[in-house]
Amino acid sequence: MSENKTPMIEVKDLSKNFGVVEAVNGVSLKVFPKQVLVIIGPSGSGKSTLLRTMNWLEKPTEGEVIVDGVSLSENQHCINAIRSNIGMVFQSFNLYGHLTVTENITLALRIVKKIKKNEAKKIAMQQLTKVGIADKADYYPAQLSGGQQQRVAIARALAMEPKVMLFDEPTSALDPEMIKEVLDVMLLLVKDGMTMVIVTHEMGFAKAAADEVIFMDMGKIVERAAPEVFFENPSCERSKQFLSQILSH
Amino acid sequence: MAVNDRFVTQKSKSELQSGSEMQLTKKDFPWWMIAIGVVIVITFVMIQINPDFKDAFKIIRAGLGVTISTTLSAYCIAILLGLFIGLGRVSESVVWRNISTIYVEIIRGVPLMVLIFFIALVLIPGLTAIVSSLGDVLISWGIEDFGAKLAAVENKSISMNVRAIISLAITYAAFSAEIFRAGIQSVSQGQMEAARSQGLSRWQAMRYVILPQAIRNVLPALGNDLISMLKDSSLVSILAVRDITQVTRLYVGRSFKFAEAYSILCVLYLTLTLILSLCLKVIERKMQNERK
Repeated sequence: MSENKTPMIEVKDLSKNFGVVEAVNGVSLKVFPKQVLVIIGPSGSGKSTLLRTMNWLEKPTEGEVIVDGVSLSENQHCINAIRSNIGMVFQSFNLYGHLTVTENITLALRIVKKIKKNEAKKIAMQQLTKVGIADKADYYPAQLSGGQQQRVAIARALAMEPKVMLFDEPTSALDPEMIKEVLDVMLLLVKDGMTMVIVTHEMGFAKAAADEVIFMDMGKIVERAAPEVFFENPSCERSKQFLSQILSH
Repeated sequence: MAVNDRFVTQKSKSELQSGSEMQLTKKDFPWWMIAIGVVIVITFVMIQINPDFKDAFKIIRAGLGVTISTTLSAYCIAILLGLFIGLGRVSESVVWRNISTIYVEIIRGVPLMVLIFFIALVLIPGLTAIVSSLGDVLISWGIEDFGAKLAAVENKSISMNVRAIISLAITYAAFSAEIFRAGIQSVSQGQMEAARSQGLSRWQAMRYVILPQAIRNVLPALGNDLISMLKDSSLVSILAVRDITQVTRLYVGRSFKFAEAYSILCVLYLTLTLILSLCLKVIERKMQNERK
C-alpha cells in the first residue's frame, strides 16, 4: 500500500466498552483510498462494533476515528455531513418500510443533499440499474426478496456518492442462493475502485476481493495480512484455529 | 359474548387444527352488528310512534352538537399534545424526557372526573390569574397595549365548554403520548441507524423515517382513543356543559321520564361509537391493503 497517502479512515487506539464488557480493546488501523479491507473473526470479537465506530453509530469509549482527515470526535457539530460521505450497509438491510425502492434512495438525497426531486429520481434509477433491479423501482421493500432488498440498500448508500463504504455482515441474513447476487454487486464496487471496509463471514469473497484481511478476536486485532497469506499460511495460532473451524466443512 | 363463544369453540377444536387453521380470529357473519342494529332501529321507531320518546329525543338531540364538537376539538388537541409528549418520552434530552414522564404519570394516576374538576376549577383559574397579573407587570413596564390585553384576561372569560375541552385534551394527551411512544419504539432501531448513517439528523430521521411508520402502526389504537373520548365526553356534564348527557339529566330532572330519556341517550352514544368504529375499520383495512 502507498503509505504516503492520507488514509481514508484512520482508527487510533480505539476502545469501546459496553458496561463491563470490552467489545473493542485498543485497535488501530488505516484504510487507504481504493483499498478493500475485510474484517473477519468469531461472533462477539468486536468487528461489528469497530465498524460502527467508523461512522459514529457507536461512540468509542477511548481513542479516535479520523475519516478523510477529519476527526469525528472533534467535529460532532457536523457529524451528519461527515456521515453523508460514508455509506453503510447493514446486516438486516434496514430499508425504510413505508417508502418505495426509489423513495428509499431519494430520501437522503433530497433532505441531506438538497437535490431536486427529478434529479434525485434520476440518480436513483442510475444506481438501481447498476445493482440490477431497476424494474423494482416502485415496489415496497416488503415485496422484495432479501437479496434484492440488500442490493437496494447498497444502491441507497451509493447514491450519496460516499468516499467509503462500510458493510456490516451484508450477507448474513440472506438465503444461500441470494448471497451471490449481493457479493456480485460488491465485487462490482471493488472493480470501480471504491474504498470499502467489510465485516463478513464469506471467506471466498474475502479471498477474492480483499487487499487486506484483519482477523479480530476478543476485541483485538490478532492478525493482519494480505488474503493469500492469511488464508494459506496464517501466522497466529488463533487464526489457524478459526480458519480450520469454518473451512472444515 | 361473541368473543367468548369463539374462544370456546376454538379451544375444543384446537387439537384438530393444523397450522394454517390456527388463526387467532375467526371470521364469522356479523350477527353482533345486526343485534345492535335492531336495538337502534327499535329505539328510533319508538321515537317516531311514542310521543314520550319523541319529546325526549327532541330535547336530547340539541346536545349532539356540543358532544361532537367537544369530542373532536379535544381529540385534535390531545393528539398534537400527545405527539409532542410522546416524542419527549423518547427524547435524548433528560429534561424533556422527565417532564414528559411526570406529565404522563400524573395524568394516569388521577381519575378523569377528578382531573376535569381540577383543571376546570383550579388550574385554569390559577393560570388566568397568573396571566392577568403578568399583564399588570407589563403595563408597569410601559408595554401598555399587550399588557392591557393580558390584564383583561379573567377567569370568567373562559367558558365551561372551553374548560371541558381543555380538560379532556390534557387527559387524553397523556394516553395518546403513550400510544405514540409505543409506536415509535415498535419501529426497529435499524431504521434510525440507517437514516442517521445517511446523514439525517435525529429529528429528520424521526420526521421522515420513524414517525410515518410509527403512526401507521398505532392508528387502530388512536382510533380507539377517539371512541373512548366520545364516551368520556359525557363527563363534561359535571361542568354543566350542555352535551347530550347533561341535557338528558336536565330533562329527566323535570319530566321524570327516566326510561325514555336514558334509553335514547344510550342508543345515541351507541350509534355514534358504532359509526366511528365502522369508519376506523374501513381506514384500517385500506391501510393494510396499501401495505401489501
